[in-house]
Amino acid sequence: MKREVAAPATEAHPMDELLRMDRIPHIWCPTCGLGTVVTAFASAVDKLEIPLDDLAVVSGIGCTGRVAGYIKVDSFHTTHGRAIPFATGLHLTNPKLKVVVISGDGDLISIGGNHFIHAARRNVDITVICVNNFIYAMTGGQVAPTTPLRANASTMPYGNFERPFNIPYLAESSGAVYVARWTALHVRRLTKAIAEALQKPGFSVVEVISPCSTLYSRRNRIGTGLDLMKFYHDNCEIKHGADTRELDIGFQEEITVGKFIDTERPTYVESMNTWYAEVFGDQYEPYEGSAK
Amino acid sequence: MTADPKGVLTGEHYLDGDHAAAEGALAAGCRFFAGYPITPSTEVAERIAARFPRVGGVFVQMEDELGSMAAILGGAWAGAKSMTVTSGPGFSLMMENLGLGVMMEVPTVLVNVQRGGPSTGLPTLPGQADIMQARWGSHGDYEIIAVSPSSPQEAFDHTIMAFNFAEKYRVPTMVMMDECVGHMTEKVVIPEAEEIEIVPRKMYDGPKTEYLPYEPDEDMVPWMVRAGDGYRFHTTGLTHDEKGYPVMNSKCQEKCVHRLVDKIRSRIDEIVVLEEDGVEGADVVVVSYGITSRVTVPAVERARKDGINVGSLRLVTIWPFPENRIRELSRKIKTFIVPEINYGQLCYEVERCAAGNAETVLVPHGGGWVHDPGDIYDAIKKGAK
Repeated sequence: MKREVAAPATEAHPMDELLRMDRIPHIWCPTCGLGTVVTAFASAVDKLEIPLDDLAVVSGIGCTGRVAGYIKVDSFHTTHGRAIPFATGLHLTNPKLKVVVISGDGDLISIGGNHFIHAARRNVDITVICVNNFIYAMTGGQVAPTTPLRANASTMPYGNFERPFNIPYLAESSGAVYVARWTALHVRRLTKAIAEALQKPGFSVVEVISPCSTLYSRRNRIGTGLDLMKFYHDNCEIKHGADTRELDIGFQEEITVGKFIDTERPTYVESMNTWYAEVFGDQYEPYEGSAK
Repeated sequence: MTADPKGVLTGEHYLDGDHAAAEGALAAGCRFFAGYPITPSTEVAERIAARFPRVGGVFVQMEDELGSMAAILGGAWAGAKSMTVTSGPGFSLMMENLGLGVMMEVPTVLVNVQRGGPSTGLPTLPGQADIMQARWGSHGDYEIIAVSPSSPQEAFDHTIMAFNFAEKYRVPTMVMMDECVGHMTEKVVIPEAEEIEIVPRKMYDGPKTEYLPYEPDEDMVPWMVRAGDGYRFHTTGLTHDEKGYPVMNSKCQEKCVHRLVDKIRSRIDEIVVLEEDGVEGADVVVVSYGITSRVTVPAVERARKDGINVGSLRLVTIWPFPENRIRELSRKIKTFIVPEINYGQLCYEVERCAAGNAETVLVPHGGGWVHDPGDIYDAIKKGAK
């Protein structure tokens, strides 16, 4: 039987083209889910053969906020919560760009929550990958708008009593046209979801439940990142098309994953072009970008 | 280069300052606008919303001013000339991403039609109390450029000037109007497109592999590229090196921030625009800006009729502050009179540069209206003694 010999270490890694290798090693902790998310994103981009020159990644602040710094496309590391409006400006000026926001739950749903719902309402044609680790990790484990009830956080030292957001429900009710949730364990399905979201015209959201062993799991004494991966394995139920109202996540309770929303609605630019063509007739030149 | 005729509404118009600022933006080539309604600045946004669809621009009313400022930075990185407009409370919210614009060196324009403050203050009435906020409002050390029009014609002209400064120095530039200028209606002459000078963006077109987004040119301003042009660059609000990569140490901080400050501070005299009237040989000089410079005119005329040797120095650019000119004058004159619609902001800059060589007298006004020229006249008379 012929055996494949491992490639020598000097050979290029398949992800070299998409990563800023001069910035590796990254700052993320061992067993953090972010490496998996970046890999899934890279695989999706590779699979779709999106020209890297046409891709832009925008991040906010936090652990996930650092993603933009490692991806070798036009990449923007912005202010806390403002990745979506920054991305909106990029996209509206050049709608041919494929603009992807990769940021955390605190960044997108707390401080950036208003931008999240309004970009969804407008159906701005961008993809949002929201990495949800249930906590503010970079600042040291404070309660997040996604922290499950009863879970401990440094600013909820006796356990969280604030009801968390259910991100797919928020996204759907605000107008997102594609909504999926997977975990860092579901690499193949996550990659597929990111690929689908990237192809979807309009505001698409992929929530990724991701282990934080340094803060969330250690503080809550629920093991290491590996234990969390085992937990996802044993406690995730795939329910495509599930009612998003039923997707709350309890502390160490079952997590429903799947593709929940996949629908069609004119994007912001499409709506603008259709309407202005109706209003101005031949005087209106359909908008395809203003940059010269 | 000259203006793209598509956005230039050549002719004589009867416009208020807000509408004139919108036309200035259009003439300067602004094609991306993100804003949020706030009195007394809303008419700028309204006019742009009405005009943009037929000139190939995109107007978007954002959910708030935080998002508006962030969006115009994104628009600029994608290659557009971009702008937002606001007043008082919205200006405070924009300070967050103004800092990001400074750090990422994004050419963009922010119009502030000032009203009375603090807080919601006097939404429909004028103030000039955001002058120091324009300079220092975002955290950290930086330099900024700001102009201050005193009429609808200048609202048009100075908005173009602001876009040109923004492009030349790669810095967010502010147009510090006030409610009075924003809402007064006067004749505005918009010239032919070929008569409007436009500073083009400093675009890099060298080899893609050699591009360093924050490698300064001789003028300390780095070359810019657009998202989507294949440079695959990185930019961040963090302290960064020439590659745009974050570097967390004091050596990089020194290099990065010092240049942001120096690219403006070392070229103050190149940036500063002043209007002087009878300043040479004067005993008293009135230093004013915006609407207050117009209120100053009758006060100066009256004092001159009394035989007082008074000059008028009007700041067209208020930031960076014209340090050298004030220092120079302070050695020749007796008193600076500084009327402003606040309880003392720019007068402290005058006092700093006068450094005891000449006296500095503030003529304050709390806001809600402009000065009575008599108050400025009284200060001139007293200052001449």
